[in-house]
Amino acid sequence: MDARELYQDIILDHGRHPRNFRELPQATNLAHGHNPLCGDRVTVYLELDGDRIKDLSFDGRGCAISTASASLMTEVLKGKTLAEADALFKGFHAEVTGKAVPRLPDALAEDMERLAPLEGVRAYPTRVKCATLAWHAFEAALKNGAAGTVATVKTE
Amino acid sequence: MTHAPKFSPLPNNPPPFAGAPKIRGAKLGLDPRAVKRDFPIFEHNPGLVFLDSAASAQKPAAVIDHVAEFYRSDYANVHRGVYRLSARSSDRYEGARETVRKFLNAASADEIVFVRGATEGINLVAYSWGMAFLQPGDEVLITELEHHANIVPWQLIRERTGLKLIVAPIDASGGIDLAAFEARLSRRTKLVAVTHLANATGAILPVETMARLAHEHGAKILVDGCQAAPRLPVDVRALDCDFYVFSGHKIYGPTGIGVLYAKGEILEAMPPWQGGGDMIEQVTFEKTTFQHPPHRFEAGTPDISGAIGLAFALDYIEALGRGAIFAHEEELTGYGVDTLSRLPGIRLVPAGQRRLGILSIDVPGIHPHDLATVLDQHHVAVRAGHHCAQPLMDKLGLAGTTRASLGIYNDERDIDSLAAALAAAQKLFT
Repeated sequence: MDARELYQDIILDHGRHPRNFRELPQATNLAHGHNPLCGDRVTVYLELDGDRIKDLSFDGRGCAISTASASLMTEVLKGKTLAEADALFKGFHAEVTGKAVPRLPDALAEDMERLAPLEGVRAYPTRVKCATLAWHAFEAALKNGAAGTVATVKTE
Repeated sequence: MTHAPKFSPLPNNPPPFAGAPKIRGAKLGLDPRAVKRDFPIFEHNPGLVFLDSAASAQKPAAVIDHVAEFYRSDYANVHRGVYRLSARSSDRYEGARETVRKFLNAASADEIVFVRGATEGINLVAYSWGMAFLQPGDEVLITELEHHANIVPWQLIRERTGLKLIVAPIDASGGIDLAAFEARLSRRTKLVAVTHLANATGAILPVETMARLAHEHGAKILVDGCQAAPRLPVDVRALDCDFYVFSGHKIYGPTGIGVLYAKGEILEAMPPWQGGGDMIEQVTFEKTTFQHPPHRFEAGTPDISGAIGLAFALDYIEALGRGAIFAHEEELTGYGVDTLSRLPGIRLVPAGQRRLGILSIDVPGIHPHDLATVLDQHHVAVRAGHHCAQPLMDKLGLAGTTRASLGIYNDERDIDSLAAALAAAQKLFT
C-alpha cells in the first residue's frame, strides 16, 4: 500500500487545518483521551441539547491520522442525535478495524462516506488507535458529563 | 552415547555440528554487508532497512541454529538430574555463565545472575538490595536520560523504603551535567543508577567517572548497559561498577534472557527475592536456607536455552571483535549525523559530546508516528514515540521522536535509504 492511500488529501488537509479545534466553554460533556503508546492527547467537548448534539469540538496534540479523524468526527456528528452518533461510531469502528460493517440507516450513508478516507488505517493495525482515539473520548464524554475524567483509549 | 562438543565453538574451533553457520563477517574486520548475510531476517525480507536494533536486535543464524541444535542434542533440566544428559545441559548452562563473565570481564562467574532482561535485573536489585539496605531518607540518584525501567522500580520501592529519588539533569548539549550530578551526591546517596548509553538519544555517559564520584560518597552504582553492551567494549572491573545489567535480545541474542552482574560481596549479602526450586540449600516447613549466589537469585527452572543462545550471541560478536563493532558504530553514527544534518527541516535531538548508535530525529510539523508510517512504506523500520523515556521527552519539549538505531548489519546505504525516505515524508506532509 502506498503512503498516499493512507494519507489522502482530505486527511492531510484535516491534519494540518483541523475543524472545530477549540475549547467549548458551554460544554455539557467532555472527556480526555490519551494514547499511552505515543503520548497523544485529545479532549472532546460536547454541548448536548436533549438527545441531540448541538455542538462539539476538540483540542490536544496528535498525529495527522488522529487529528484528521477527530476533525472529521466533529463535522459528522454535529447536529446528530445520540442514537445516530452511536450508529456512526459502530459503523466507523467496523470500517477501520476491518470488521463486518453493520447496516446503517440510509440517512447516515453520506456521513459514512465522509469518514471513508480514514479506512486506509485498516492496513496499519498499529495506527487504528490513532483513528479511534477521539471517538473513544467522545463515547467517554457522553458517560462522563462535565467531569472530564481521562479515558485511555483501548487496544483494538 | 556420543559426547556433546565442548561449549564455545566459535570462532576458531571446529563447528559443533555439521552445517554450523560460519561467521562470514569475521574475515575482514567488520564488513556489514557480510554480517548481514549471517542474519536470515534479511533473506526473508528483501529490501528491509532495519534501523530499530535499540528496541531489539535481529538474530544471526549462529544463534538461531545453535539454540535449535541444543534442544535437539543436549537438552534436559539443569542442576537436577543425576543422568548424564542433565549434567551436560548443566555444563552448557554454566558454560554460558562463564561466557558472560568473560564478556564483562567480571572476576567470577558467581557474579553473573541470569534474569529475564535488564528490567528484571534492575527490579531484582531494587527488591533484594534496595529493600534490605535502604532506609527512610536514603537517596537514589538517577539521571534525566533514564529509561522507564531505571525509574519505575525505584518509585515502586520508594513507598516501602522511604527512599528519596533524586534526578541529575542533562546540560544544554543533551549530555549529563557532571557538575550538577556531583552536586547531588551526598552521604545520603546510597545508590547511583544510570544508563551507560541513553536509549532515547544515544548519549554516552561517563560512567567510570560517575562510579568514582559515587564511591567517594559511599554510594553504590548500578549501570544500565542495554544499549552500551552491544556497542561498546564493557569491562565491569575497569568501570568499577557495583551492578551492571543488560538484555540478551538487544545484543543479537534471544528474548527472555538478560544479565545482572554484581560484585561478589554485594551479591553475597543480598537476600533472595523470589523463592522456589534451585535457590535453596535445605527446606523444612520451619526454615529454609538458601544457596550462594548466583543460584540464590535463580529460583525455578531458568531459561536454559536463552542463556545458551545469549552465549552464542556473545561468541558471535566477540568473533567480529568488539573494538571493530565499536569502530563501525562510531563511523556509521558519524555518517548518519553528517547525512541527516544536511537535510533541511530535520533536527537531530542533542546527545551530548559523544553519541553512539542512536539517531533521534525530530521533524517539526510531522508527528513521529506519521513519519514512521511513511518510512515503513519505504521499508525503513524505525521506532517512533517516547522510547520509554517520557520524562526526557517532557524535558526536551517533544511529544516523541523518530529513532533510527544502528547495528552490526547496517551500513551507509541504510542511512541513505533513511535520508531518502525522510525527504519523501517531508514532501508528503509539507
